[in-house]
Amino acid sequence: MSTHRLSFTLNGTKHELEVAADRLLIEVIRDDCGATGTKLGCAVGVCGACSVLVDGELLSACLLPAVFADGRRITTVEGLAKNDLTPLQDAFIREGGFQCGICTPGQLIAATALLSEQPRPDHEAIRTWMMGNLCRCTGYYGIERAIQKASGVGGQSPPNRL
Amino acid sequence: MTFDYHEPRSLAEALALLDRYGDDAHLMAGGTATVLLMRQGLLRPGHVIGLRAIDDLRGITPTRDGGLRIGATATLRAVERSPEARMYSPALTDAFASVATVRIRNQAMVGGNLAHADPAQDPPPMLAALNATVSIRSSRGERSLPIDELAVDHFTTSLAHDEIITGVVLPPIEPGSRETYLKFLPKTADDYATVSVAATLRFAPDGTIAETRIVLGAVGPTPIRARRVEDALRGQPPSRVRDALELVPDEVDPIDDLRGSAAYKREMARVWTGRALARVTR
Ligand SMILES: Cc1cc2nc3c(=O)[nH]c(=O)nc-3n(C[C@H](O)[C@H](O)[C@H](O)COP(=O)(O)OP(=O)(O)OC[C@H]3O[C@@H](n4cnc5c(N)ncnc54)[C@H](O)[C@@H]3O)c2cc1C
Ligand code: FES
Ligand code: FES
Repeated sequence: MSTHRLSFTLNGTKHELEVAADRLLIEVIRDDCGATGTKLGCAVGVCGACSVLVDGELLSACLLPAVFADGRRITTVEGLAKNDLTPLQDAFIREGGFQCGICTPGQLIAATALLSEQPRPDHEAIRTWMMGNLCRCTGYYGIERAIQKASGVGGQSPPNRL
Repeated sequence: MTFDYHEPRSLAEALALLDRYGDDAHLMAGGTATVLLMRQGLLRPGHVIGLRAIDDLRGITPTRDGGLRIGATATLRAVERSPEARMYSPALTDAFASVATVRIRNQAMVGGNLAHADPAQDPPPMLAALNATVSIRSSRGERSLPIDELAVDHFTTSLAHDEIITGVVLPPIEPGSRETYLKFLPKTADDYATVSVAATLRFAPDGTIAETRIVLGAVGPTPIRARRVEDALRGQPPSRVRDALELVPDEVDPIDDLRGSAAYKREMARVWTGRALARVTR
């Protein structure tokens, strides 16, 4: 098995590590970098629990070879709030955007990507974008309300600047 | 699963690696299919050759004659969002946009989509209806293949082991042509199609159908060209569509699975071909 030297930033912090060719990004950020906010759900690209931003693009960390992260900026749920929560995180709390919380890191990342691409998404746009993030608890209404509330509020940190 | 990962920077280097490692090498574009197959133990290459760093395989560019060239490592989402692709045909970008979710489309690439040859995928039927040609390179040379001849069975293509898809070329669209892509999703919005239909159609000045191409996804071992339906419609007025649709169930070869019985899919193939033709004859 070949090993590869990777250098990337995770939530603004630079990481340099040596990884085996078969490692996936989710394993590296959770096990090697200790950022366990990102969850492993289905492990086959369906549920969205592992959603991360790579150079601002929404991707599944469970499907992404870690070697693809070389030279990139990775943002996970831990990287969203600076001093205060983002308007989106705040809206998730106020609008009942989660219950058990297992899907929430992925929901927040996916919705952050949505708002940075479409600052004022309509109902349909929210549903189309977020359909890749499954939730067994909320029935989705709270999630959609939270995104609507946060949209256009301002102060949404664009992911590519994190 | 234990392999060496290579990330060549040029096509020549990638072809040399394929020649060196032969059957023990496996290409990887976006990796969405390869990663899953390797994790499931269905694929055990000794060498994985990543294509993402090769500049020559990138890009979506209009051709000089009014067609479109899509590079093998363009992501599905890059095609979906490409103004050039949208200008070429909105049905093309619709077909790419109907793949799974944004996350998957951000990672999966056009060459990987074609070579994976899952008959339920969305882009291949649309590319076939648009009469695409696949560009292929090996150290032996270069060739072009009509896309109809790429997939030969479930998850099987006619590519030789030393070949790399470099891109897809779409010919210019004839004036007056209409195109559509419809995906029937009775379960969830991010599912694979139960049946999908890509259709292009052009009327003659006298109002008869000059030409139509109809390609169905998810109802056979490869995308299926409904040639008998096309033949039945050529030179005919659109009022003949209804009769021609009766030929659809015999053109397809679906299997029973979680998305329905073979009999149900045959019927849905007829219904959705009707809906697609209604859109292009309207
Ligand atoms: C959760 C999920 C849902 C999905 N839903 C859909 C859907 O709704 N519709 C749909 O159409 N698809 C769907 N797919 C399939 C997806 O489109 C394919 O997995 C993807 O397009 C493959 O592209 P890739 O770049 O990731 O391929 P890779 O995994 O990198 O490669 C796939 C195959 O192609 C070969 N290959 C790659 N590039 C080349 C090349 N240039 N030349 C020759 N061979 C090459 C590889 O060796 C490998 O055998 C889904 C996938 C997942 C994981
Ligand atoms: S864990 Fe990655 S999509 Fe479910
Ligand atoms: S809050 Fe429990 S799965 Fe979404």
